[in-house]
Amino acid sequence: MEQKKEPRRRVLLKLFLSTLYLSAFTFGGGYVIVTLMKKKFVDTLRWIDEDEMLDLVAIAQSAPGAIAVNGAIVVGFKLAGLLGAGVAVIATVIPPFIIISLVSVFYAVFRENYFVSMALEGMQAGVGAVIASVVYDMAAGVFRGRSPFSIVILLASFAATCFFGVNAVIVILVCIALGLVQALWEKRKGVQP
Amino acid sequence: MIYLQLLLSFLQIGLFSFGGGYAALPLIQDQIVSLHGWLSMEEFTDLITISQMTPGPIAINAATFVGQKIAGAPGAIVATLGCVLPSCVIVTLIAGLYLKYRTMRVLQSVLGTLRPAVVALIASAGVSILLTAFWGTDALISLAGTDWSMVVIFAAGFALLRWAKWNPILVMVLAGVAKLAFALITGEPAS
Repeated sequence: MEQKKEPRRRVLLKLFLSTLYLSAFTFGGGYVIVTLMKKKFVDTLRWIDEDEMLDLVAIAQSAPGAIAVNGAIVVGFKLAGLLGAGVAVIATVIPPFIIISLVSVFYAVFRENYFVSMALEGMQAGVGAVIASVVYDMAAGVFRGRSPFSIVILLASFAATCFFGVNAVIVILVCIALGLVQALWEKRKGVQP
Repeated sequence: MIYLQLLLSFLQIGLFSFGGGYAALPLIQDQIVSLHGWLSMEEFTDLITISQMTPGPIAINAATFVGQKIAGAPGAIVATLGCVLPSCVIVTLIAGLYLKYRTMRVLQSVLGTLRPAVVALIASAGVSILLTAFWGTDALISLAGTDWSMVVIFAAGFALLRWAKWNPILVMVLAGVAKLAFALITGEPAS
């Protein structure tokens, strides 16, 4: 693993500016920003090698929370320890924080406007369509996996939240417990996953 | 104490949203709409719309928006902090362990179990958004009470996304334009 040695302060500054820039101009969610991070830190700056970046991305996607934030933390931590992680998180949060703060000030005024309120109402149907399409793809992936266990979890979780009003946190905690039990079970049987 | 409530709510959202993207939606809905009533279902859907059109993760946008609305700038800071705090702790811990041991088998096994559940949770959130879009917040679900213009817009949007592979942001903007045009033609009063 070959990495350029640079003074810590310069690394931190560059880390801050890079993550700030990526966060401000990336539309389209966590997966996009993680790809751009790879481009920046692996291909352009050569601070992290490719294989390690793939694992870091896997961590960002596995851990709870927004993927963009998690991606910034792993990259920052890898490059400059806890301070690096802190710097990267702050840089990632600043752009949406400022933009949404501005939006929220104007939202109340604009929402009263007939044209805006009608357009926003129509966009509710649009958002519904976007989410339906995303769910379609994700659910198709689960069903294609042909694992009865996964399909039962999907149907049971849907029934629990949609028809019985069970809190999402409960569903997630139960599934984590099931996952741990399954992992221990497979380990005991000596099955290689 | 409103700051503490905001902090605790967004800590939970940050702690339990696995899988990125829309995975935070059901948790935000539970905490913000159902539990505390900080946003109405319509405001919540507006927030998702705004999130789609601005950079930044939905959870961070929600934290800033709700915090700002409920308790001004300090509220926004507290909520956003709550939202990223779990990530900071957990991701740093896992990254530290990984850089030391380079294996993540248990984590991946747990994640495999979580994935179908997360799909189901997002589907549930989508259902409640559509119920609000078609029938309004507290109206009963009935054939007569259906906003058919919204059903048509939804179906057209879904078709454009699935078969014409249009960009989601474009589809959302067009949905807004379509509803506005429809309202102006029919003279529909503001709700």
